[in-house]
Amino acid sequence: MGTVIVDVMPKPEILDPQGQAVGHALGKLGIDGFTEVRQGKRFALSVDGEVTEEALARAREAAERLLSNPVIEDVVSVRAEADA
Amino acid sequence: MRIGVVTFPGSLDDGDAQRAVRLAGGEPVPLWHADSGDTLLHGLDGVILPGGFSYGDYLRCGAIARFSPVMGAIIPAAQAGLPVLGICNGFQVLCESHLLPGALVRNDHQQFLCRDQLLRIERTDTAWTSDFTPGQEVLIALKNGEGGYVADEATLDELEAEGRVVARYLEVNPNGSRRDIAGVSNARGNVVGLMPHPEHCVEAGFGPSLDGLPFFTSVLRQAVLA
Repeated sequence: MGTVIVDVMPKPEILDPQGQAVGHALGKLGIDGFTEVRQGKRFALSVDGEVTEEALARAREAAERLLSNPVIEDVVSVRAEADA
Repeated sequence: MRIGVVTFPGSLDDGDAQRAVRLAGGEPVPLWHADSGDTLLHGLDGVILPGGFSYGDYLRCGAIARFSPVMGAIIPAAQAGLPVLGICNGFQVLCESHLLPGALVRNDHQQFLCRDQLLRIERTDTAWTSDFTPGQEVLIALKNGEGGYVADEATLDELEAEGRVVARYLEVNPNGSRRDIAGVSNARGNVVGLMPHPEHCVEAGFGPSLDGLPFFTSVLRQAVLA
């Protein structure tokens, strides 16, 4: 079984309150030194057999049409997951 | 005058939207998310997409609802001129459907906010705001967690230049919306998205005002004139 990984992140110019809240919480834990935290989404799309070019193309279409909103998010990558 | 009110799984304010239509003198017609077909919207003078958390706000607010069967009928009808009002989650659905520009993101202060909000109605030649006077200030219930209106600067400039900002927050910007925008319309003015909830402000004793009623009487008046 192969898996396509789609990573989506908020656009750099869009405020990311969730990432900010995580950043504040890290500071309270004493895990500091990070100048910014931004939070995105990862989708794992599994297929029977190996990940083909055709499966990647369908994953790219999914990423554009549903998994991301181009007004506020960028599709950072669409790739076949490396074998474990 | 018949106004469709959509219920998605997770809609909360469909009942109040139906009641607002009734109090404005119209007949509310319930529409179900799974409804579809060419005749679904026949005889309707407008459609309301109500507030709530359609499909649990999974993925992004409104993102799943946008691909529901009922939206398959509403999107082309709206493009053809049918009056459509999206309130709160309904506004999010309209943005995800690309019937309105921009998007709604999490409030900048990270908290869900419920308050009585002062607004200024800036565009009154839409299907849903013609019973207001330009510049009229109204007090409308607001409740959202992801109500920050965002769009790129060019889109915001275009909305301002074309007079498509329907309502703006006064005194307090409750969610970080760009340029204090509380509601926008399409160019034609038949599609309006609004983050505050006029359907909660239509009956004495319930809500902070009766300022919500003109949204619903406007569309009924337009239907009479049509």
